[in-house]
Amino acid sequence: MKYLTEFRNGEIAQRMAREIATVATRPWKIMEVCGGQTHSIIKNGIDQMLPAGIEMIHGPGCPVCVTPLELIDKALAIAAQPGVIFCSFGDMLRVPGTEGDLFQVKGAGGDVRVVYSPLDAVELAVKNPDKQVVFFGVGFETTAPANAMSVHVAKRRGLKNFSLLVSHVLVPPAIEAILSAPGHKINGFLLAGHVCSVMGYWEYPPLAAKYKVPMVVTGFEPLDLLDGIRRCVIQLEAGRHEVENAYERIVTFDGNRAAQKLLSEVFEVTDRAWRGIGVIPKSGWRLSADYREFDAEERFQISGIHTQESPLCRSGDVLRGAIKPAECSAFGKQCTPRHPLGATMVSSEGACAAYYNYGRFLSAEDLANAGSGLTGAANA
Amino acid sequence: MCLAIPGKVEEIFTEGDLRIGRVNFGGIVKRVCLDYVPEVQVGDYTIVHVGFALSKIDEETALKTLEDFRAMGMLDEELAGEEEAFARAAATPQSSCPDGSCSAK
Repeated sequence: MKYLTEFRNGEIAQRMAREIATVATRPWKIMEVCGGQTHSIIKNGIDQMLPAGIEMIHGPGCPVCVTPLELIDKALAIAAQPGVIFCSFGDMLRVPGTEGDLFQVKGAGGDVRVVYSPLDAVELAVKNPDKQVVFFGVGFETTAPANAMSVHVAKRRGLKNFSLLVSHVLVPPAIEAILSAPGHKINGFLLAGHVCSVMGYWEYPPLAAKYKVPMVVTGFEPLDLLDGIRRCVIQLEAGRHEVENAYERIVTFDGNRAAQKLLSEVFEVTDRAWRGIGVIPKSGWRLSADYREFDAEERFQISGIHTQESPLCRSGDVLRGAIKPAECSAFGKQCTPRHPLGATMVSSEGACAAYYNYGRFLSAEDLANAGSGLTGAANA
Repeated sequence: MCLAIPGKVEEIFTEGDLRIGRVNFGGIVKRVCLDYVPEVQVGDYTIVHVGFALSKIDEETALKTLEDFRAMGMLDEELAGEEEAFARAAATPQSSCPDGSCSAK
């Protein structure tokens, strides 16, 4: 509770946790899809405030984590080419490829830069007409409008030296993949608040109805997360499975229609490989035919990559919510944030890195044995 | 990566075909694309992700969220300029690593 007690609204948080404990009569497993929420839950000890039967399962919503290793290897190969300025958000730089990372490419003379916005990369292309500027466009629906606009602007300005190395992934197909897997144990979902600020939540009611799971649009702050969990548990106890919005101050049912319009113009739905999980049908976006000329994979035609994942890493099981990070034998031993073996240790939003960074070394079994029972007071 | 930060629009101008705003995030000012939020005017608050405003929000919500994000150390990380962001990524690839094992390579 180190962080939460420092929190302005600690008292309200404790009250919400007590309400959850009062309402819950049975154990429930609730998945937060978004990596930012995973980070906030672990950092603020939200999961430790919940009664023992209410378990948070961490979902696959960290875009850095699920970007396929093969694409990282392609990024390294492109960034190493002479005449290329390779731009990225900061959190992709440390992601290890099969051999090295983007820092090492820079150290060896590559022009690798961190930009705040993809539009900054477009500006670099304008200012450096003799260079090929590539932006590493990963992310979920939240980041897609920015990447879409960068390509749209590049096309309008007739830029021939800007391209996007794109690996966009989508939340609803990932949820469906988890729910349709045999033996899954997820009872309810917290939907990613900022993804829904772009897309709205009109895509989710059919999923909630088909699989009979409640879904609650949830924010990132501790009180938002507790409120999302509280609403989810109330639905579960009442046998309801609706899509509910606990983040009304940001999210509307329709989402941002202007952004959705450009997204549907610039991107088209495609099958995507998710690192640690495998290919999920129709789970991502690639550039549409009108914008294909800005696809870095087409422009650079990288071949001869030999991608190899660590045989020890169980990030696929972690991403599906099948195991907690500490149940992997490599966790905290061969695999640390400094030397990540796989997807979920790579980014601070990955479940393994969040557990490592905040000192969670107990396995799920240890945690259950240490728990005070479902009827006990919130474990503050 | 999906965090959107609230800020106040202080000025709006056109750059190329884009509607750009100067947005103040509790003291840090950034250029932000406003094309997706045509309803946002000078003086309004909006949430911003990687240089793009995504939706308008009220002032009270914005100020409270800014304060909370600052308390959680998320503000500097999201808004760092190019060089600072690079240095930050190089020095601390993982946030708040407890034993310092992430800080030096």
